[in-house]
Amino acid sequence: MGKDYTYAVARIRGRELSLFGQPVMEQLLACKTCGEALRFLADKGWGSPEKPLTEENVLEEETRKTWDLISEMIKDMSVFDVFRIADDYHNLKAALKLAYVQSGIDRSRVYVTGGRIEPELIEKAALERDFSALPKDMRGAAAEAQDTLLHTGDGQLCDIILDRASLEAVYAAGQESGDEVLKKYAELTVAAADIRIAVRCGKVGKSLDFIRRALADCGGIDTEALAHAALSGTESVAGYLEGTAFSPAAEALRKSPAAFEKWCDDLIIDYIRPQKYNPFTLGPLAAYILARRNEIKCVRMILTGKQNELADDMIRERLREMYV
Amino acid sequence: MDNVGLILALAGAVSAALFAGIGSAYGVGLAGRAGAGAITENPDLFSKVLILQLLPGTQGIYGLLVAFVTLSQIGLLGGGAAEITAGTGLMYFLSCVPIAVVGMISAIYQGKTSVAAIGVVTKKPDQFGKAMLFPAMVETYAILALLISILAVFSL
Repeated sequence: MGKDYTYAVARIRGRELSLFGQPVMEQLLACKTCGEALRFLADKGWGSPEKPLTEENVLEEETRKTWDLISEMIKDMSVFDVFRIADDYHNLKAALKLAYVQSGIDRSRVYVTGGRIEPELIEKAALERDFSALPKDMRGAAAEAQDTLLHTGDGQLCDIILDRASLEAVYAAGQESGDEVLKKYAELTVAAADIRIAVRCGKVGKSLDFIRRALADCGGIDTEALAHAALSGTESVAGYLEGTAFSPAAEALRKSPAAFEKWCDDLIIDYIRPQKYNPFTLGPLAAYILARRNEIKCVRMILTGKQNELADDMIRERLREMYV
Repeated sequence: MDNVGLILALAGAVSAALFAGIGSAYGVGLAGRAGAGAITENPDLFSKVLILQLLPGTQGIYGLLVAFVTLSQIGLLGGGAAEITAGTGLMYFLSCVPIAVVGMISAIYQGKTSVAAIGVVTKKPDQFGKAMLFPAMVETYAILALLISILAVFSL
């Protein structure tokens, strides 16, 4: 018998009512300053009365609230590994580099919370060069990245080893989840990351071997063809995409990197939208997490835009489609 | 096996109560879990959600009713069992099959539909009347099965 998510989905239906739609985003965008926007968010229940009303505090608090709600309802949080793997690899990259430079940087500013394991455990593993306590998918990549860093001192090479391992772990977690939403999310995340890597590598003139090492295999993208296309630049990558299931991405890619990022996020939101009408399964919970992440990302864009006094139209064209 | 007719009739009565009851327990349980989730977020929805939860419970009552009537007809409730031939016993058994089978399956589906209706009420409490109609539609087939079972048992 499969796991039962009926109670959790019913709770999520109630929570979906408080998700921001396009009209609320417009109201937020109409705020004249970042301070005014933060007060607007506080009136909507964002942030915590116990913490100062700052952008970082508010957004961090909302991320924490989302995961607190989910962990309250779901005992086995490993089903959401697909969302948490990236944070583990981010912490691993930071820990390896801190161990390499022996820096006294404030740890709280470097590590992020929300991963599968505590950052302290990753830091300890990096310092002791013993990765056996880490999840299975991280051990090999961590050792390889640390060896590479110690022998070459090349932080970028260390990053591509871990980024690729992270993408492969996300893809594998999606395939193993048994849920269509998580599976599709993992596929789209890895495909979008591959396209992004190919474009960037093409722009800075990286070698074919470097691009091959950076790209992770996933359904729908032929990494070998993408790597060859990347050598000739963005137009060539866009040309390759036209012959794949990601053909609409080609137009966005030609427009600007920001347009491509928006296209990727909007595609995921479009894909999860039917979950609003699914009363069972893990799908609506995964969709809610993605919707909250999307909402927080959009609020961050608006707040950052307000701080930097960007024109409303410039912020608006970067805003993603909302789930509700 | 002198009382094979009685055994068959009794098996019919038991099936009606058993399978319809299982279906109702599943349906009410499923809708109850969704109801609990809805109430956690908005306790004001309690009365509306409770009605939706109870809808799949009726099949169990129909099964019980058919079981009672059958037991009464074959004299088991009065204390003295009637002499029933194997053919009549089989007819009693077959009379109970509609509510046993349709009752169980319709209660399960009604439970699932109630969960979906609870989702509607959670988002739009003012749409309760419309939301309730969807699981209520499933009830139609349980009532039809009840009708056939009752008519058949009474006519024997």
